[in-house]
Amino acid sequence: MLRFFNFRVILDYMPLYMKCLWATIWLSGVSILGALIVGTIACAMRLSRSRSLTGIAGCYIESIRSTPLLAQIYFLYFGLPSLGIRISEEVTGVIALTLNSGAYMAEIIRAGILSIPQGQTEAAIATGLSYPMRMRYIVLPQAIGATIPPLLGQAIVLVKDSALLSLISIAELTRAGQIMISERFMPAEAFLTTAVLYLLIYYVLKWLSERWQQSLIFRERR
Amino acid sequence: MWGIYLQGLLESIPFFLKGLWMTVAVSGLSLVVGTIIGFILGIIRVSRIRFLPTIVGAWVDVIRGTPFLVQIFIVFFILPELGIHLEAFPAAVIALTNLAACFICEIVAGGILAVPRGQKEAATASGLSSFHQMTQVILPQAMRIILPPLVGQYVLLIKDSSVVSAIGVTDVTRAGWLTVQRIPEGLMVFGLVGILYFVICYPLIRVSNTLERRMTVAATRL
Repeated sequence: MLRFFNFRVILDYMPLYMKCLWATIWLSGVSILGALIVGTIACAMRLSRSRSLTGIAGCYIESIRSTPLLAQIYFLYFGLPSLGIRISEEVTGVIALTLNSGAYMAEIIRAGILSIPQGQTEAAIATGLSYPMRMRYIVLPQAIGATIPPLLGQAIVLVKDSALLSLISIAELTRAGQIMISERFMPAEAFLTTAVLYLLIYYVLKWLSERWQQSLIFRERR
Repeated sequence: MWGIYLQGLLESIPFFLKGLWMTVAVSGLSLVVGTIIGFILGIIRVSRIRFLPTIVGAWVDVIRGTPFLVQIFIVFFILPELGIHLEAFPAAVIALTNLAACFICEIVAGGILAVPRGQKEAATASGLSSFHQMTQVILPQAMRIILPPLVGQYVLLIKDSSVVSAIGVTDVTRAGWLTVQRIPEGLMVFGLVGILYFVICYPLIRVSNTLERRMTVAATRL
């Protein structure tokens, strides 16, 4: 294979790859932000005392977690037009990724909040803090540190999952490989380049996550 | 119109069940083989053999850092260039097995490292061979930590198996994709796909949650 490995062709296609790398980054970036918002809301609903809110959030989280992302993407991609909603592929993709990751992030945030000892909440109630104040000043500041690494882990998963968007013909990193194959039929060059670019994003995010964990340990020691 | 579509969908249920069987076959085969390889890799990962742990670690990182879709394209399109011609089904099983092995390797390695060092020292002091140390002393205790995330990982892998539809394996997702070309009711078709996945995955998620609760209780009792 290496005999035929043609770096010049890869260089020719670099502009396309860079454009698609950028597409992957902004699609994932928007979806991560969206998922954080959706996840926080879903988590708040799940932890609330209202039965119906807990039920709705539980249904959402469980149904997302027990079906594959690809089926969800197709569900929106083929399903929304039959409801009369016509939106671009990019928007469909971002919505699918947001809803998917939102469910996982809700679970991560919930685990973080539940890991705070009950005594903290009880002490806050005893001091007369209201629920929002308890959350704002007592629970969340303690919960956030430990939830950042798993949230970054979920962000890594989301970036990888965004590869599936190529199947509904969004021009992102994997699609760049497919385009290169259809034009030149050089699968090795096409997909290995794609893989290397994904690895690049992965290592940056992993590095961030590890650095954060180290600073956490450091802070706890102090 | 809905009536006609619904009837068409009901008529294609045998087709979906065939797809479900394919999903079960691909993921079942990959999970069994992947678990075995994953345990071996995990034990190597924490061993002191020269170079091997580093190589396994690097490989696991590469697999965890790239999207499964890209991996499956690499297996399906690049191996033929090396003279290995594969049908879609074996290519899918190979890619998914590799993915399963890498994720399970990390879980197993984490579980083994969580067993207190004293256990190994005591086993060495009692004159057990390193094979017996692993199988009689370390692994049984590590299983407590390994089992809940392992079942959770199975759910993720079964869901990832939907991606093999991209290379033309007729699993549930592809059955849905093919049906939606005839019956343009995306919500209904992929709703059915979602239900079929839900039927497999949801019980497993519950098992994982139950295991987690039981194992923690058992661990605190120790």
